[in-house]
Amino acid sequence: MTAIADIPAQSDWKDTATARITRKRLIAFSAPLVILTYFVYLFFAFDISGLAGRARMDNAAVLVADSYSYKTHVTHDNRRGDLSIAIEGENKGTYPDGMTPDFVTLTGESTARIALTAGESAKIDGATLRYSVPGYGTVTVTVEGRKISLVTPDDTVPDWISSSSSRVTITGKGGRASVTRARTEVFRYSYGWELFWFTLDSPFYGKSPVELLGLALSGDRVVADKSNFAAMVDGVWNNAMWRHKDVLWAIFETILMAFLGTMGAAIIALPLAFLAARNFSPFIAVRFGFRRLFDFVRGVDGLIWTIILSRAFGPGPLTGALAILLTDTGSFGKMFSEALENVDDKQIEGIQSTGAKPLQRYRFGVIPQITPVLLSQVLYYLESNTRSATIIGAITGGGIGLLLTQAIITQKDWEEVSYYIVLIILMVMLMDWISGMLRRKLIKG
Amino acid sequence: MTEKALGPDIENPRLREVREAYAAMTRTKQMYGGIVMVVFVALMASGFMLADSRNAGGFWDGILNIFIFPGEVLSEAAGKATLLPGLMVKFFPSLIETINIAAASTLVGALLAIVLSLLSTRGLARFPRLIPVFRRMMDISRAVPEIVIALVLIFILGSGPVPAMIAIAFHTSGALGKLFSEVNENASMKPIEGLQSVGANWTQRMLLGVIPQVAPNWLSYALLRFEINIRASAILGFVGAGGIGYDLKNAFSWGLGRYDEVAAIFILLFLTIVFFDQLSSHYRNKLVGKT
Repeated sequence: MTAIADIPAQSDWKDTATARITRKRLIAFSAPLVILTYFVYLFFAFDISGLAGRARMDNAAVLVADSYSYKTHVTHDNRRGDLSIAIEGENKGTYPDGMTPDFVTLTGESTARIALTAGESAKIDGATLRYSVPGYGTVTVTVEGRKISLVTPDDTVPDWISSSSSRVTITGKGGRASVTRARTEVFRYSYGWELFWFTLDSPFYGKSPVELLGLALSGDRVVADKSNFAAMVDGVWNNAMWRHKDVLWAIFETILMAFLGTMGAAIIALPLAFLAARNFSPFIAVRFGFRRLFDFVRGVDGLIWTIILSRAFGPGPLTGALAILLTDTGSFGKMFSEALENVDDKQIEGIQSTGAKPLQRYRFGVIPQITPVLLSQVLYYLESNTRSATIIGAITGGGIGLLLTQAIITQKDWEEVSYYIVLIILMVMLMDWISGMLRRKLIKG
Repeated sequence: MTEKALGPDIENPRLREVREAYAAMTRTKQMYGGIVMVVFVALMASGFMLADSRNAGGFWDGILNIFIFPGEVLSEAAGKATLLPGLMVKFFPSLIETINIAAASTLVGALLAIVLSLLSTRGLARFPRLIPVFRRMMDISRAVPEIVIALVLIFILGSGPVPAMIAIAFHTSGALGKLFSEVNENASMKPIEGLQSVGANWTQRMLLGVIPQVAPNWLSYALLRFEINIRASAILGFVGAGGIGYDLKNAFSWGLGRYDEVAAIFILLFLTIVFFDQLSSHYRNKLVGKT
């Protein structure tokens, strides 16, 4: 009898199984197809084919080259007639009188010989530049009054020299030179982040780590009123080229934004979450009101809060902290109230049976139950907000985000950009590590 | 009465010992709790004062001005209320671009995350020796804020949606990769062993053995990420990556006179975020089997 009853059921199973397999097969084929179609649509919507034309690969080359090398400018001012040597052509990186890098030999008041790489060399002799390329000869560029004359060994202009009446540019394999009426300049590229520790005016410039260690331990003072070690720290900290002081302050400001915002949001959201939780808030209207408030604050999004707040508070870390605080109050309120709805009533009843007042019931019956959830969420958000604080800083103007945007806008200090990027990544990884460690320690132990 | 109550205490020194030890433990715990609390409050207070002093406008001045800008926007929007629907239609294409950036970056990021997570899960990895390498790769891509890559790529590729898409996809691949590999670790090895016993290669084992098990959880995380990425793509627009954020920046920096556009964009953005928030939480609950 059971067998007879089973037969139609079994054939039913077979049908459902076949139907399900057909459906799965359909999904398996259609899902990639849909994704592919979407990508084809995006190809046109994002104008990918036009992208190749707009891409500035020369910018990319400059960016990559700049991030691991620097150039030294040897400049002859053709109007005043003086010669100067400066790293990246910046005032802060100008070699003081009597000090030259080892590839420049000063032979007179306004004459210098510059050894470039790849066997090339250049000679500045007043308003005349002689640029020698092995296997080709010497190119001579002279500025005479308003005229710039170019003489090449074979009297033709090769494609690595661009020449016009107002400017001659030579792009060799081992260096570059540019001559205008105002100045004759030779650029030499070298590897590394020059002046990262000490600037040229520091007595510690150009010393090897071993020499520095010896100086730090010795009692002979290089700077009169400071011990050598203090002078070194001061030299690095107040480095005008790399601005370590400002950069570290900016990193600290970014972390401060994340910390204040996250913790402030948690402190505000916790009491509000009680009012929004089903089992703690007796009035439906209050509950509904707070839930919608959380949804609203979350829905308005950090971007809009940032804009509104930056109008009221101006640029700075406080604005960023408040923007994070507002957005996360919504997220925390929602998560905390969900956690509160899942608490076990038994513990609260147990505490109540000992005659505890409502506040004590919350403190000893509820808080211990939700602490792990709460802490792990707060710590997770702390890490993620360090990243948000970088972005918010770029919008409101504060912290490392501001420095990064400024360095990118100048479009030349790419070594600084790479320095900031490295610092940002290290900062986020540090926060990730701290938050992970605290989570493991506080929640398990 | 009291003597009687104290009686067993005196008789049983062991009990007293336990009680004293418990009281001492409670005291130390309370003390530690107190110290942590004091340090925390001090950190918050000094941090707040420091942030306040380094801010261009102070907190107490600002808090009074907080409603000025929203007030200006609201009054101008109310004055031109009839124009708002038209403006919303005008900015709709940019909104679509913002959503497209988010969707594309979530898709690309999720596809990368699938590969990375499978390669870095113990037991599933194609090259078990390279697990730490792939893990570090995910850590680094997770640590890079989107804005860093976006700004650098905008310099090379020019303003537009592609830099934002690449930037968000890069971050997404790390963030999702970590979550995906946690999911993978809970996958049952039996189907994989079964497939291996009939000679399936690595790709087949992953496609037929792992993915059917973990796909619902993956999808649920990807939906959550999509929601986060919509916000991210709106923000990146503000620093020059196209989409609705870019329009918002233009209207905002124009100042008074274009605040009706600001209001329209605020409304569009708010509705979009709430819509996708609800949509993703609905489907996530469905996928993970909660009601």
